[in-house]
Amino acid sequence: MANLTPDLEKWRLKILKVAESYGLDMYETIFELITYDQINQFAAYGGFPVRYPHWRFGMEYEQLSKSYEYGLSKIYEMVVNTDPCYAYLMEGNRMVDQKLVMAHVYGHCDFFKNNQWFAPTNRKMMDQMANHATRIRRYVDRYGVDTVEDFIDKVLSLENLIDRHSPYVQRSAAQSRNAAADVREESSEAALLRVNRDYMDEYINPKDFVDHQRAKAAAETTRLAKFPAQPQRDVLSFLMHHAPLKNWQQDIISIIRDEAYYFAPQGMTKIMNEGWASYWHSKIMTQDVLSDSEVVDFADAHSGTMAMAPNGFNPYKVGIELFRNIEERWNKGQFGKEWNECDDVQAKNNWDKKTGLGREKIFEIRRNYNDVTFIDEFLTEDFCIANKMFVYKFNKRTGAYEVDTRDFPQIKRQLLFQLTNFGQPIVQVEDANFENRGELLLTHLFEGIEMQPDYMRETLSNLQAIWGRPVSIATVQDEQPKLYRHDGKEIKEHAIGEAAKAADEKADD
Amino acid sequence: MSIREDQGRFRDIVRGRIKENFKKYVTHGEMIGKRENDLVKIPVPSIDIPRFKYGPKQRGGVGQGQGKPGDPMNGEPQEGTGEAGDQPGQHQIEVDVTLDELAAILGEELELPDIKPKGRPRQEATKNKYTGMAPVGPAGLRHFKSSYKKALQRYISSGVYTPENPVIIPQRGDFRYRSFKPVVSPHASAVVIYMMDVSGSMGEEQKEIVRLESFWINTWLKKHYKGLETRFIIHDATAKEVDEKTFFSTSESGGTLISSAFKLAKDIIDADYPPDKWNIYPFHFSDGDNWSGEDTRLCMRLLSEFFLPNVNQFGYGQVESKYGSGQFAKDLEREFPDDDRLVISKIENRDKILTSIKDFLGKGR
Repeated sequence: MANLTPDLEKWRLKILKVAESYGLDMYETIFELITYDQINQFAAYGGFPVRYPHWRFGMEYEQLSKSYEYGLSKIYEMVVNTDPCYAYLMEGNRMVDQKLVMAHVYGHCDFFKNNQWFAPTNRKMMDQMANHATRIRRYVDRYGVDTVEDFIDKVLSLENLIDRHSPYVQRSAAQSRNAAADVREESSEAALLRVNRDYMDEYINPKDFVDHQRAKAAAETTRLAKFPAQPQRDVLSFLMHHAPLKNWQQDIISIIRDEAYYFAPQGMTKIMNEGWASYWHSKIMTQDVLSDSEVVDFADAHSGTMAMAPNGFNPYKVGIELFRNIEERWNKGQFGKEWNECDDVQAKNNWDKKTGLGREKIFEIRRNYNDVTFIDEFLTEDFCIANKMFVYKFNKRTGAYEVDTRDFPQIKRQLLFQLTNFGQPIVQVEDANFENRGELLLTHLFEGIEMQPDYMRETLSNLQAIWGRPVSIATVQDEQPKLYRHDGKEIKEHAIGEAAKAADEKADD
Repeated sequence: MSIREDQGRFRDIVRGRIKENFKKYVTHGEMIGKRENDLVKIPVPSIDIPRFKYGPKQRGGVGQGQGKPGDPMNGEPQEGTGEAGDQPGQHQIEVDVTLDELAAILGEELELPDIKPKGRPRQEATKNKYTGMAPVGPAGLRHFKSSYKKALQRYISSGVYTPENPVIIPQRGDFRYRSFKPVVSPHASAVVIYMMDVSGSMGEEQKEIVRLESFWINTWLKKHYKGLETRFIIHDATAKEVDEKTFFSTSESGGTLISSAFKLAKDIIDADYPPDKWNIYPFHFSDGDNWSGEDTRLCMRLLSEFFLPNVNQFGYGQVESKYGSGQFAKDLEREFPDDDRLVISKIENRDKILTSIKDFLGKGR
C-alpha cells in the first residue's frame, strides 16, 4: 500500500519512534505519496478516495486545482480518521516539509484515537463511504441522475440540522417511549395534595389551587399528545422516520446523516486537534528530527501555518499557544485555589512551584475535552492579552467591520458562541402536527443573532419539498418574532407573540 | 475518474446547461490571492447550498491583532472557527502571484478576448529572450538543472550511479548553458484616463468599487500594453487632475458638472496623447447625476465629436448610490443606442464588479 521512497520510509520510522517515545498512541498510519492532482481530488472528497457522485465535490476539486495551478495555495497535508489512519504526502515537496507533515499527522492520529469525542465515529469509514457511493450510484442508475441529485441537493441543505451530542447519549428509543407513556398516565389527573381529614379538604386544596393544578395537567396532556413529545434537534433523523418518502430517499437521508455525524467531531475539536498536532510537530521536529540545514525552512513553513491573517482567527495558532500555556502553568503550579486568590502581580509573575504536571495535564486534556470546554476552562485573560485578541462587529453606519472590544469576558463569550453548534443557528422540530393539519413546525432557538433571510427561505422550501405538507419556522427577523410558512407554493410571513395578538384582535373586531 | 464527472456536472450547472433553477445560486465567488501586501480576489464560480445560517454582518467574531476599540479592520474578516471546515489536517498555504499571472487568471476566468491595439505599432523594442540550451556559453549562464541531468544521464548509462551514494561529478561535456536570441516586439502605448465624480453623493463604498474596478482594468490593460500610463481626474462642478492617492481619497461636496471632467480629459489628450500614436481609454465613474440637461447635452457633444472618434473605447461606469438618480446612463443609452466604442456598465454593488469588468473589457478593443 504505502509507496514511500526509502528515504521517506527511514524518516517515517524515525519520527514514529520519537512520537511514541513522547507517549503518543495512534492506530497504524499509512502514508501515501501522491500527486497534487490526486491530493486535490482526495481533498475534494473530504480525504476519501471514493464518494457518491455529486457536483459539490466537483466544485471543491475545481477550486482546489485552480488555486493550485494559479499558484495561490496548495494543500500539503491530509489525514483521515480511520483505523488504520490514512495520510497523504504530496510528491515533490521538500524533505523538510514531508518530515513536518509526518510529525503533524502523528499528532492528529493520536488525537483521533484518544479524544473521547471521536470514540463513536466509524473507524472503517473508508469502506462505509465506498458503500454509500455504490448505493447512490445504484439509485442514479435506477431513477436518473437529475432526480437523485435534486433530492441530494435538498437534503444537503438540511445537512447541518443534526444533534451533534446525540452520539454520546445512550438511550434506547423503547425506553424513552415508555417513560413518556408513564408520565402521560400520571399527569392525566390533576395532582392534589393528600388529605386525611375530609373537612380539611377545602383548606388544603382550595378551589383556585385545584383549578391551577387541573389546568396544568390539561396542558401537560396536550403537550404529551403532541408529536414529537420532546422537540427534536436531529431534524434529518426525524424526516427520515416520519416524512412520506420512498425507500431510496430514506436511504439517501440516512447516508448524508451518517456522513454528517462522522465529520461532526472534527468540527467540534478543530482548535484542539490542530493545536495538538502543531504542538507535536513543533516538538518532534525541533527536538529530534531537524538537521541543521533544514532549520530555516522549517521555521518558514511553521510560521506560515501559525501566521495570523491581519484580522483572522487561526485555530492552529490559538490551539498550540493554549496547549503550551497550559503546559507551562501546570509545570509551574499556576492553578488551583492559591493561584486564583493571589492578587500580587509580582508573585504571580515569579510563580514556580516546580510541580512539573504540564505534560500529564495536556494529555488529560486531549482525552477529555472539546473546543467548547477547552476554551471555557483554559482561556485566561492573560492569554487574551498576550495574543492580542479582540471582538469585532459589523458597524452598519460605516459599513465596515471594526474592533469592538478587548474585554476578556466578551471575547470568551463570543468565542464560545462561535463554537457552540459550529456557530450555526440551533433549529429543532417542534411539532409535526402543527395546527392539527400535519404541518411541520420548526423553531429556531434565538440567541440574539438573526438568520440570513434569503438562505432561510431557500432552505425552508427545500424542507417543504421533503415533508410534502406545509412547513413553518418560528424565528426572529428584524427584531420581531416571526413565523415563516411555506405552503407548497410560496412563503408567507406572520408576526407572532404580541404583534400577532394585536392583529388577531383587530380581525375579531 | 469520477471526480471528473462531478466536475463536469458542476461546470454544466455554472454554464446553465442543466438545472436552470440553480443559476441563481451561482456566485462568482472569490479566491483570494496575495500580491505584496494587497489581497486581490480572483473570481471562481461557486454554488452555495442554502442552509439555516446566521447573517455574517450580524455575527461578528473574534480576531487577533492590533487596534483600539472602534478602529476599522482591514478588509473583510476571514472566516473564523465559526464555520471552520469539518476536515482537520488539511493545510493550505498561500503563495504570492505576479500581476501578469493575475491578468492571465482574470482573462481566463472572465473569458476576456485579447485586445487588438489599433493602428500600427509605433515603437519597436528589441530584447533578448532566453529560448534554449547550448553546449557552450559563458559560465554565468550555466544552467544547473540541465547540466545535472546530463551528468546524471551519463552516470546511469555508464552504470556507475549508485542510489546509496548519489554523488554526481559533472564533466565539461555535461554543462549546458542558456542560449538567447533577440526578439523584436511591437510596442504600442496606451493611456487610461480615469474620471470620477466626487460630489457628496459618492460615498466610501462607491469609491471602493471604483478602486477595485480600476485595479482590474489596469491589470488587464498592462498585460497588453507595456508602459501603460494612467491619469486621474476628479470633478464636482469643476474638474482637476490629481494623483492616484488623492483620486481615491477626496470627497467634495457641491454640484456635479460632468462636462468639466470631459473638457479636462480632452485638454490632456490634446496636450500629451495624440490619438494617432496612442491607444486611449477614458473611464468615467459617477452615480449618474448631472447638474442640468444643458450640461448633459454638452457632454454628448464632446463624446460624439471628440472622444468616440479618437479613443479605443470610452467606459462609463455607473455606481449605484442612495442619492444618485442614474439619469446619465439613460441619457447615454438614448443618445448612442448601439455604438461599440461606448460601454455603459451599471455597478449595483461589489458583487457586480466582475460582471462590469467583463462589460468593459469584453469587447477586445
